[in-house]
Amino acid sequence: MKTYTNPVYPYRRHADQDGAPARHDVVIVGAGPIGLALAIDLALHGVGCVVLDEDETVSVGSRAICYAKRALEILDRLGVGQRIVDKGVGWNVGRVFLRDALAYRFDLLPETGHRRPAFVNLQQYWLEQFLVERAGELPAIDLRWRNKVTGVVPHADGATVTVDTPDGPYTMQAGWLIACDGARSPVRHLLGLESEGQVFRDRFLIADIHMQSDFPTERWFWFDPPFHPDQSVLLHRQADDVWRIDFQLGWDADPEDEKRPERILPRLRAMLGPDAKFEIEWASVYTFQCRRMKSFRHGRVVFAGDSAHLVSPFGARGANSGFQDTDNLAWKLALVLAGRAPERLIDSYDAERTFAADENIRNSTRATDFITPKSAASRTFRNAVLELAKEHPFARRLVNSGRLSVPAVLADSALNTPDTDADFARTPGAMIPGAPAADAPVAGPLGDWLLGHVGNDFTLLAFGNAVGGADVAALAHAPIPCRVVQVGGGATAGATVIEDREGLVARRYDGRFGTIVLLRPDQHVAARWRAFDAARVRAAMARATCND
Amino acid sequence: MGTLNTEPNLSAPDDFYEELIGAHRGLSDGESALVNAKLVLLLANHIGDREVLAQALAAARGGIGEP
Repeated sequence: MKTYTNPVYPYRRHADQDGAPARHDVVIVGAGPIGLALAIDLALHGVGCVVLDEDETVSVGSRAICYAKRALEILDRLGVGQRIVDKGVGWNVGRVFLRDALAYRFDLLPETGHRRPAFVNLQQYWLEQFLVERAGELPAIDLRWRNKVTGVVPHADGATVTVDTPDGPYTMQAGWLIACDGARSPVRHLLGLESEGQVFRDRFLIADIHMQSDFPTERWFWFDPPFHPDQSVLLHRQADDVWRIDFQLGWDADPEDEKRPERILPRLRAMLGPDAKFEIEWASVYTFQCRRMKSFRHGRVVFAGDSAHLVSPFGARGANSGFQDTDNLAWKLALVLAGRAPERLIDSYDAERTFAADENIRNSTRATDFITPKSAASRTFRNAVLELAKEHPFARRLVNSGRLSVPAVLADSALNTPDTDADFARTPGAMIPGAPAADAPVAGPLGDWLLGHVGNDFTLLAFGNAVGGADVAALAHAPIPCRVVQVGGGATAGATVIEDREGLVARRYDGRFGTIVLLRPDQHVAARWRAFDAARVRAAMARATCND
Repeated sequence: MGTLNTEPNLSAPDDFYEELIGAHRGLSDGESALVNAKLVLLLANHIGDREVLAQALAAARGGIGEP
């Protein structure tokens, strides 16, 4: 590749490899984006972990490139969001073409007042490198390269893990083993656990090319374009003038043959014109599946990211949902390890994230059925939608080139305290219990955005001087502490006061003087009230941590 | 939520039927299928009511193929 050289992270022999097996509270398998995000999140909660990776570098090839707004907000919380945004390419607009004509244009973030765009495109190797470097700043993370897990024996209070290294094998005891080891998850196979779902009979070619181009920074999707008839094509811009082009090939294509430059170049020439100057950076041929494990928790072994669930790439719901897994898991694991919540809190990770995985799989399967119709009737309806979309607005809502990743609203989670004050907004996008917190512009000690002020701990968002100083202190010193972030009003001892610069905090949270919103450490709404009541807040926190 | 109306509702039904068949005149089977699909989508959007549409889908599929 011209624009990136994979770093080599050296194997280092560890003291654990000599003597009796060491015990670690948390062992993470896989130093990909999800394993690293979890390790960093745990470290921010004061929990140390060992991360094992069989390789000695980051992703080879760009692979996951579209990072959604919610994933960026999580990465912001982990302290690495800005590097990703600075290096990557932000976009909000997508265009869908039928043959050579524009059928539909969409804007994924039509409103202002958000720190992050709908998406930032960045090659996975850059993202992983930034995460490795961030992990390196945190002494609680013990990252071990060329440590390949070859055996897992689960037991009641953890798992015995056998690890192979260039110096031979060793074993360790893990209090919790978190498998972030990807789609082919060796841990899942070692435990004989299955993943159920659908395999799609289609093949796609990914070509990353280096090119100077004046294509806009948008997602362009073609159905049946003149340069690639009867199939679909997707174009994305990445960092460093690298462009991702995704060609649908059909099931009968020979994956090895299609990877050869002699096969790829004519496809690119047909698309970009005979005079376009470009170089191929990386190419791959893939098929995909939509499936998930029945349960993401098996005793003290927990699965997160692609090891737990797989989707088609249309919608960018793979890595993005993996970050939401770790966002959900880290604080729960930290509370359980600190003895402040019972182990069944981890069951809520399974319940919440299998719900989200089903939503992702449903959306991804629908997009795939639209892009690769399985029957003549399905193809006819698909083409009818695309024809109608040119003229009729209603049909544009049916065009499905991927419903792009948005976080699940965990409306039915047992951790939520249902609304008792009946006048709260429940319209789509409202901050109902279970919703991921909306961002908004503010002025405060931690910067210009609301999400920079909430999360990591429980946070009480209070509109005006709704919580007195004694209550703020009591919340801060509870066994599970809760910070108070006050929107407007005069100073309250111990509370962080932020200013609602554009009135958007009040609007997005349906807040007025006295309104209280309890946010979980993963920035999801746990409960909301029209007035502060210390007993109700305690009860809602107990519920959100399975201490009820 | 409404109920699918299967009682006579068309004024001049013979005229409508002639127009419907006329809309396919001179088309190949594939083109006809596309016209039909567009028609279904246009009418479905006009109806809007998911309950009515579900009843119409069930009534149309009834007795054809495996249930």
